[in-house]
Amino acid sequence: MTDKLLTISNLDITLPEGSERALAVENLSVDLAPGETLCIVGESGSGKSLTARALMGLLPAPHVRVSQGVIDFCGEDLTKVTERRLREIRGSEISMVFQEPMTALNPVMTVGSQIDEIFRFHADMSAQQRRQRAIELLADVQLPDPKQIVSAYPHELSGGQRQRAMIAMALALEPKILIADEPTTALDVTTQAQILKLISDMQAVHKTAVLFITHDFGVVADIADRVAVMQYGRVVETGSVDKVLNHPEHPYTQALIASVPSLTPRPPRARSEDIVLETKDLQKTFGGGKSFFGFGQPNRIVHAVKDVTVELRRGETLGIVGESGSGKSTLARCIIRLLDSDSGKIMIGNVDLRTLNRAEMRPWRAKIQMVFQDPFASLNPRIKVGQIIAQGPIIQGASREEAEARARELLGIVGLDERAFNRFPHEFSGGQRQRIGIARALALNPEILVADEPVSALDVSIQAQILKLLDEIRERMNLSMLFITHDLRVAAQVCDRLAVMRYGEIVETGATGEIFDAPQHSYTRDLLAAVPGQNWDRQTNV
Amino acid sequence: MNDFWKRFSRNRSAVLGFMILMLVVFIASIASFIYPDDPFSLAGKPMSEPGQNGFLLGSDSLGRDVASGIAHGAKTSLLIGLIATLAAVFIGVIFGALAGYYGGRTDNILMRITEVFQTIPSFVFAILLVAILKPSINSIVIAITVVSWPGVARLVRGEFLALKNREFVQACHTLGMSDRRIMLAEILPNCLSPIIVIGSLMVATAILIESGLAFLGLGDPNIMSWGFQIGAGRTMLRSAWWICTFPGIAILITVLAINLVGEGLNDALNPRLRERN
Repeated sequence: MTDKLLTISNLDITLPEGSERALAVENLSVDLAPGETLCIVGESGSGKSLTARALMGLLPAPHVRVSQGVIDFCGEDLTKVTERRLREIRGSEISMVFQEPMTALNPVMTVGSQIDEIFRFHADMSAQQRRQRAIELLADVQLPDPKQIVSAYPHELSGGQRQRAMIAMALALEPKILIADEPTTALDVTTQAQILKLISDMQAVHKTAVLFITHDFGVVADIADRVAVMQYGRVVETGSVDKVLNHPEHPYTQALIASVPSLTPRPPRARSEDIVLETKDLQKTFGGGKSFFGFGQPNRIVHAVKDVTVELRRGETLGIVGESGSGKSTLARCIIRLLDSDSGKIMIGNVDLRTLNRAEMRPWRAKIQMVFQDPFASLNPRIKVGQIIAQGPIIQGASREEAEARARELLGIVGLDERAFNRFPHEFSGGQRQRIGIARALALNPEILVADEPVSALDVSIQAQILKLLDEIRERMNLSMLFITHDLRVAAQVCDRLAVMRYGEIVETGATGEIFDAPQHSYTRDLLAAVPGQNWDRQTNV
Repeated sequence: MNDFWKRFSRNRSAVLGFMILMLVVFIASIASFIYPDDPFSLAGKPMSEPGQNGFLLGSDSLGRDVASGIAHGAKTSLLIGLIATLAAVFIGVIFGALAGYYGGRTDNILMRITEVFQTIPSFVFAILLVAILKPSINSIVIAITVVSWPGVARLVRGEFLALKNREFVQACHTLGMSDRRIMLAEILPNCLSPIIVIGSLMVATAILIESGLAFLGLGDPNIMSWGFQIGAGRTMLRSAWWICTFPGIAILITVLAINLVGEGLNDALNPRLRERN
C-alpha cells in the first residue's frame, strides 16, 4: 500500500442525534494513487460530500464528526493531526474546488488577492513574485487576459471563469490531491465540458490525484479512472470505470445506471394535424425602467425572448432546450401569462392570450397549466396537500366536495397514497413533492402542460420515475406538453420535437431524432458535443 | 402546539420570562379585588415606609398606596401595550403587504410615507402627538401606534418581496387566484412567525413609551400608571426612595420578561436560526 497517496479505511462519520440515520458515512474504505482520478458517485444524501469534507477536516464539528477509522495521507492520519498541521496540509497538499464558485470566492476581494493569500500563508515569496505567479496560474487555466482578471472581482467573471479561477487557486501550490465537489453541477453543459477538460489537462501536467464527487454518470464516464458508488453512507461498489459502468454488479449501481436517460432519442410518433398552441414573434424585454422621480439613466435593456415562433400540436411534447440565460424559462412564463410579453401573439385556437386581462384570462387558466422546477419552493409549506390540489378547481367554480374528490383521485393517479391528503408538504421527499405539483397542475384538466425543468432538481432514479409518470399522464389525458430543459439526455427521452434556444432566439427546430442525428446550427452541434458520457453511451447502445 | 411548546421551553430564560409575564397578568387581573379602592385615593399616612402603617410598599407624599398603584398600573401598561401593538401590526401589515406585493410605484409611494414616519425620533413624535391630542388613554394608544407601525411595515414588505416570487405563489397565479387571496391566504401565513416575534417585542417598547409619557405628565390623568408614579415620586427620591423604586422595578421586570418571551418565540418559530451557538 506504499504507492498509495491516500488510504481511507473503515471511516465512520456520525450525525447529530435525531437525524435520519446515525452515521452519515459508514465503514468507508477507498484509496487514491498519484495521478489517478477516483469518482465518488451517489445520489443526494449518500454522504459523498461529507467524505470529502472529512479529508479536509472541514466537518461541521461538533455535530458531525469522524467517530472511527483512519485517513492515511502519506503516513499521517488526518483524523488525528493537530489543527495547525491540518492548516498546512489544506491548500498546499490537499486542496478543494467547490460546487458554487460564486459563494466559494470572496465577493469583496479581487481574484488576484485571493490567490495571493495562498502564497502569503504557505510560501515565502515577495509581493512581486506572488503577483507574477498569480498571473501565470490564471494563464495556466486558460483564462483570457490574465493580467486583467488578476484585478477583477468575482462578480465580473462568468460562472465558468470563476470555476477556472477556483481551480487556479486550488492548484496554486501544486497539491498532491485535488478534491472536486460537484465542480460542474452549477455550470452549463458547454462550460462543463471545458472545465472537465481543464481538470484532466492540469492533472496530466501536475500528476495530481483527483477525488471527484458527482451525481452525474456522464461525467464519471468521461473523467474517472476508478469509481466508488455510495448509497446511504456506504460504498456499495468500487472498481475501474469500465467495470462499474458497463458491468455493474451491485443491484443499486445497476438501477442507477439503468435510470440514466439514454442519448438515443426515442422512436418518433405520428404527429397530429391539430395545433393547440402557437406563438408568433413573441417578444419580451427586461429593464429600461426609470427611477421614481424620473431622474438618471434608464436601466440596461435585456432581450429575454426575441421573435419566438413555435407551434405545439395535440398530444405532442415540444422540448425547449438551451443553456442558462437563453430565455427558455422566460418564454414559458410568458406563454402561461405569469409575465406580460411586449409584443407578438400567443394563440390557443382563435384567441390571443397575450391581449387578455386578468379577468378574461381566468377561464383560460384551466386549459394551460404549469409544473415548476423546485419541488421545495413550489408548494406552500402552510397549506395541506389536499387543499393545494383542490384550490384550482375551487377557484374555477367547482364545489368543495367535487374538488376534494378530484384531489383524492389525482393523488392516486400520480402514485401517492390517499393519506397524503391531510399532510403538509414538508412531510414528503423531493420526488413526492414533484408528484403533488403535477397533481395540482392536472386538477384543472388542462389541455396543455408547461413543465419548467420538472426533473432537474431530482436525483437520477427519481427523475426516471417522474419522467415515466409524465409520459403516462400525457397518454392518459391526451396532453400536449411544453417541456423546458437544459438536459439533452432528458430531452431525448421525452420530447417529440425540439426547439433550441440561445440568447432569447430559437436557432433550430425539428424532430428530436433529426436534430440529434444531423444538427443544422453550429450552436446545436456545440451543445450536443458537450453532453458528457457520449462514448459510454455509444458503447452501451451498440 | 405541543411541538411548539417543546421548542419554546428549550430556551430556559424564555420560560422564566413567560412565568414572570403571567404573574404580571395575574396581578393586573386581580388588582380590583385586592385593592378595591381607587389607587388615587388617600389610603393613610403620607410618606410611610414599606411595611409601615399597613402599606406593603409604602405610600407617597399624598398618602396613596404604592402597591395599589403598581397593581392597577400593571393593567394600564399591559392594556396599552397590547392594543397599541395590535393596531400597529394591523397597519404595518397592510402597508408592507401592499408595498411588497405590488412593488413598483405602489411600493415607492407607500415606503416614502413610511420613511416620513421613521425620520422623526419616535419618542419626540409620541410626545408631540399626545400634546396635540390632549392626554388621554386613546391619544396615548394612537401615539404609540403611529410611532411603531413603520417597523412592521418594513419587515412585512421584505417578507412579501421574498415570497412573491416563490414558485408556489406563481402556481397560484396560474390557477387564476385573486391578488387578495394570494396575499391573505398564501403569503401572509408564511410570514406570521417574524410578525409574532416583532409584535411581542413591540409590546415591551410600547410599555416603555407609555411609562415615559406618563413620567413627563402626559399620561391619562384619571388612570394610574407606573410612569406616573415615578414622575410623582421623582422629587422625593432621596427622602422617600420607595415611591420611585418599586414602579421602576415593575417596569424593568415586565419589559425584561416580554423581551425574553420574544426571544424564545424567535427561537421556536425560526428553527433555522436556533443553531447559532
